[in-house]
Amino acid sequence: MSHHESPSRVLDWSIQPPYLYSPYVATVRRAPHHPLVPLPASLLERTGPVYGEGDIGPLDHDLTKNAAKNGEPLGERIIVTGRVLDESGRGVPGVLVEIWQANAAGRYIHKNDQHDAPLDPNFVGAGRTLTDDQGYYRFITIKPGAYPWRNHHNAWRPAHIHFSLIGRNFSERLVTQMYFPGDPLLKYDPIYQGIPNIKARERLIASFDLETTRPEWALGYRFDIVLAGYDRTYFEEEP
Amino acid sequence: MRPQSPSQTVGPFFAFALVREGGNVLVDEKTQGEHILLRGQVLDGDGQPVDDALVEIWQADAQGRFRHPADPNYALADPHFRGFGRSGTASGGFWFRTVKPGPVPPSPVPCIAVRVFARGMLIHAVSRIYFSDHDNTQDPLFASLDPERRQTLVAERQLTPAGVVYRWDIRLQGPRETIFFDL
Repeated sequence: MSHHESPSRVLDWSIQPPYLYSPYVATVRRAPHHPLVPLPASLLERTGPVYGEGDIGPLDHDLTKNAAKNGEPLGERIIVTGRVLDESGRGVPGVLVEIWQANAAGRYIHKNDQHDAPLDPNFVGAGRTLTDDQGYYRFITIKPGAYPWRNHHNAWRPAHIHFSLIGRNFSERLVTQMYFPGDPLLKYDPIYQGIPNIKARERLIASFDLETTRPEWALGYRFDIVLAGYDRTYFEEEP
Repeated sequence: MRPQSPSQTVGPFFAFALVREGGNVLVDEKTQGEHILLRGQVLDGDGQPVDDALVEIWQADAQGRFRHPADPNYALADPHFRGFGRSGTASGGFWFRTVKPGPVPPSPVPCIAVRVFARGMLIHAVSRIYFSDHDNTQDPLFASLDPERRQTLVAERQLTPAGVVYRWDIRLQGPRETIFFDL
């Protein structure tokens, strides 16, 4: 019952972006203004959906194959892999990792994306997988292109892959984006720059990884993710 | 300690990956309890519907049990109910077919956990849904909230020819801004 009494903060607001960041114009009318209310940890937030192998199809992790109609998608094939950790540094197994992205030309399949760039008949750009016993995940995909948006004059999003993670309970939930090393657009991007802490921002940039790279086949990138959540607090505090 | 990874917006183009057919239907014909339709809109500071938001819910089954090992009554949870749902808002609002959850001790009243993501939100917002046909002041958390604002967490019960509907809107900003929690 003591769990119920102790408000337990999960998010570190020196790391997390604020709701209101006016250079990202869409935040202005969508940012809550009231301070967030502390939430005592209850069973509702200490539980969450549990996923298993039955939720994942055999090609779900391979975006070069899971939508292929008559060939391979165009662009640079890449391997994206990494480990999902909690804040105490332990791998988190059974995390549902979902990714989505633009194709090599910088075009999303979404009907509202009107960027003048071609769709790829062999690429949708959505994948999902579960982390293994040690917290590792692995995707095969195409390096996404940069694309323009209308936030400000001549605004371009750096190449990125969207990540959604559902961890061991309702408190372990993260939606973020993975960027690529050396991208000159990062310093002009108000979504990336909306993260106040420079070191925290840079942790969203994957690193090129020669060990992941497969000879004669594809470059490899490594992207580790640290999930905030209750489990760290509880396991450490319990006798 | 490892520093936690920062959040980024879900962006406008997530539906093709995250909003799956049936993802907002939590029940089948064998799910125990009162089947309900939970629906509403996500509204911005101008009161305009947000059509590129993603709403997720998590709740107990009709007996107040979770299909999750942290629940001591895990083994008794309804096998026809996982308790997680996800809805987009492209058609003007979100909706879920679910059951009214049972109360989870020590609270004597039921509630649902909610998370909303959207273009224009660099990080999600977390809220809770309580039900208008209960005395929610019996819940310690609800009772502790600002009485002027806590009504923003209450879904209104409506009886329609199609069944029981609970209506609950998420106001991201403005005079009736929804209460959001630090999670």
